[in-house]
Amino acid sequence: MTDVTMNTTSAHSDFGDYVALLKPRVMSLVVFTAAVGLIVAPGGMNPVLAFASILFIALGAGASGSLNMWWDADIDRIMKRTQGRPVPSGKVTANNAMLVGLWMSVLSVGMLGLAANWLAAGLLAFTIFFYAVVYSMWLKRSTPQNIVIGGAAGAFPPMVGWAAATGSVSIEAVGMFMLIFMWTPPHFWALALFMNEDYSKAGVPMLTVTHGKRSTRNHIMAYTILLTPFCIGLAFTSIGGPLYFALSVVLSAMFLQGAFKLYRRAEEDAIADKYAAERKVFRFSLFYLFLLFAALLIETALRAFDLQWTAWPQVF
Amino acid sequence: MTDAEIHARRKKNNVMLGLVLVAFVVLVFSITVAKMMSGANMEAADHVLRPQLIDQ
Repeated sequence: MTDVTMNTTSAHSDFGDYVALLKPRVMSLVVFTAAVGLIVAPGGMNPVLAFASILFIALGAGASGSLNMWWDADIDRIMKRTQGRPVPSGKVTANNAMLVGLWMSVLSVGMLGLAANWLAAGLLAFTIFFYAVVYSMWLKRSTPQNIVIGGAAGAFPPMVGWAAATGSVSIEAVGMFMLIFMWTPPHFWALALFMNEDYSKAGVPMLTVTHGKRSTRNHIMAYTILLTPFCIGLAFTSIGGPLYFALSVVLSAMFLQGAFKLYRRAEEDAIADKYAAERKVFRFSLFYLFLLFAALLIETALRAFDLQWTAWPQVF
Repeated sequence: MTDAEIHARRKKNNVMLGLVLVAFVVLVFSITVAKMMSGANMEAADHVLRPQLIDQ
């Protein structure tokens, strides 16, 4: 007769651990930008289908988050910021994270295709592929340009939302894509300036690790300048307007000022005040993107109530 | 961890998963209703020529 022992000390995963696998905080940003993309698009969408579309876009984003946690478990274990994630903390096995990611991908893409259309579903599939394979598996560990190109994954949701509502991709959808795409590098490099130790310990070739902080500060300045025309240009498309324009000018000026401050700062000053200015720019950049998308929503609401300024020039 | 605690946790997880599945069923049903109300073609191909499925 053999003794059977039940191993009760091994980790039990709870429902919440699987929710954490989907990166709910990243998902909330995806929900917001995808919803804006869908709402500002011309032609009303059935509210049930609109709700379902946003939900499945968010689920797709969650799926890619889960695949990222499966692939990056080794890095996440080393970095302080990510040690508490379900896989490195042992609450969910890496294999289960992969299975959840794959099945959620299939489910979200298939359901978005049925609820909205197959162009939106195809774009969502490409987004998941881009984040999980191009960014996580390939670029993240091989080039300091990782977040520049990887930022495209985060820029797709408003375009997917637009495609779900209209069945096509137009200049406005590309404009929203470019806004997030150009915003990602200065946003993440500001974070990297004060999280540098984490990345260098884990061997992730962030720009701060490979080219130093001086070069990163120059890059933040350059990319913030490049971001500005995309930010303001969106005002002159069919989804923009005077309110968005005014806000985009003010926010761009503030972002440029913050980037300039980081550009002028010496590393000793940053260490002296524990990267206060860098943290401020990072927090501001989140606020910046949120307000710009909120302004697009308000412009749409104004148009719905026939309050638009008809003389407003539409260049693009 | 005692047996009772394990059972309590398992029950909570099962209830949560059950709720998610019920919500999914409700959502798929709502999508179907919304699609039908907007006049989507509900007839699928059944390997027999049906003139009403041919685009005019």
